[in-house]
Amino acid sequence: MKDIVSVIRKARSERDYARAMALFPYARFLGIGFREERGELLFHMPFHQRIIGNPVMPALHGGAIGAFMEHAAIMHLLWNMESAMQPKVVDFSIDYLRPGRPEDIHAVCRVVRQGQRVANVSVETWQSNREQVVATARAHFLLTPAEDLERES
Amino acid sequence: MPAFQDMTREEQVRFFFSRLPHGVALGVELIEAGQGRILTRVPFSEFMVGNPVTGYVHGGVITALVDQTAGTAAMFASDPPETVATLDLRIDHLTVARAGQPVHAFAECYKATRHICFVRCIAYAEDRNHPIATSMGCFMKTGQLLAGGGERK
Repeated sequence: MKDIVSVIRKARSERDYARAMALFPYARFLGIGFREERGELLFHMPFHQRIIGNPVMPALHGGAIGAFMEHAAIMHLLWNMESAMQPKVVDFSIDYLRPGRPEDIHAVCRVVRQGQRVANVSVETWQSNREQVVATARAHFLLTPAEDLERES
Repeated sequence: MPAFQDMTREEQVRFFFSRLPHGVALGVELIEAGQGRILTRVPFSEFMVGNPVTGYVHGGVITALVDQTAGTAAMFASDPPETVATLDLRIDHLTVARAGQPVHAFAECYKATRHICFVRCIAYAEDRNHPIATSMGCFMKTGQLLAGGGERK
């Protein structure tokens, strides 16, 4: 596959969220999906046994929650066409506020600052009650402005 | 199988890993276990791809491996091991993890207080001097022994 952005752009024009997510093997493995609702992109990861990290409590694996948030941020940037290529994660910082129960988990992203090269994105996750935040993340992503690609080609 | 408290540390870690469905699904393996020092590895699988153009491993796979390795180093900083909850985790992605290569993670709990464990971790493909990612995390001791054998005195 050469051009991920044009696939995303087409999926976006057809509101084909599943097609956009299907591009990414690891997002498929985690079962991540998303949709637009009241002007925001809502991400979800359905509960599945393989995202459990603590079978005794039981609780979701912190790494699965982190991966979910990271992929939500990447898709959020791609969907909003902030970069000519897939954004590259520079750093990712997660605060875990409460254990993830064995239920579906949701996320929403906010682009805090969008520069030429770097985007600062915050992510928030919750389960049945949006007020009860499970984890937050703050990340930087390296972007590729469209003019850079034109210069290379 | 011997009782948990009669196992060697490596046996205890392997037993613990075998009970983490997400780690098992990813294929996380223990290589070495010392007190507060854990070395793990995850072999490459196609489902880990995060960038369909380049085939690079998803940053979320690194996050999950680092979370599990660093958390285990925090648990095994106590003797007998005590369960912990991740408070925060920051991961710097220094370079990409290429398709076909394993990812190793080495975590070291460099300070454990009565309640908190401070852990640093590096992830690398084959050479520890060329890390893919570096990480710092804080973990809270829960007061529960890992074996489920009651409260800390």
